[in-house]
Amino acid sequence: MNVEVKLFAVAKQLSGTESISVELPADATVEELREAISEQHAELRDITARAMIAINAEYVNNKASVPADSEIALIPPVSGG
Amino acid sequence: MIELTERPIDSQEVLSRVSSTQAGAVVLFLGTTREFTRGRQTLSLNYECYAEMAEKKLAELDATAHERWPLVATAIVHRVGHLGLGEASVAIAVSSAHREDAFEAGKWLIDTLKEVVPIWKQENWADGATEWVHPGIEPSPTKPPNEKAE
Repeated sequence: MNVEVKLFAVAKQLSGTESISVELPADATVEELREAISEQHAELRDITARAMIAINAEYVNNKASVPADSEIALIPPVSGG
Repeated sequence: MIELTERPIDSQEVLSRVSSTQAGAVVLFLGTTREFTRGRQTLSLNYECYAEMAEKKLAELDATAHERWPLVATAIVHRVGHLGLGEASVAIAVSSAHREDAFEAGKWLIDTLKEVVPIWKQENWADGATEWVHPGIEPSPTKPPNEKAE
């Protein structure tokens, strides 16, 4: 399946775009999503290793699955406040 | 209440949202844009957010604060977009019957906001560099610092 991943801050800067397309096997886990982002978008390899992943606006761990048609975002360490 | 806004934060208006005759204490925290960070000068800042998730996380923090402390009212406002020096990037107001609860809840709210809410700060430095701030990660300048004159 193909998913869109929203990018913010330095990730958006490094990719030069607000979202990327990532090809994933069906029933992929978040860990596999991280690997796919790093392989398919090499400029994001380092920040992906340090970022959180959010699915449908909620932080998820590496074992979670990536449902089709979900809203996925790469969340670099936050600096609000 | 929670709000993300591109407009300057009016602290009196934020205070008015938590004022109540049930309250014996009102605590207001303002996070303001600082000119010097470890000796390096800032000209201005930009804040970006993942709005849908930031609003959801702020609402969760707000609800958790009300569960943990006996509060009368809370207001959390975060600015996004371009900010000049000395402007408020965040305002947190808490009212409660007694001051300990308002102080503790206000501190917990700002500390937790800074850890979990998807908002990011970009420094526009006086040396010409522009950098996103990601705690724990070395910055990757969008623009490098200006070369120093010989």
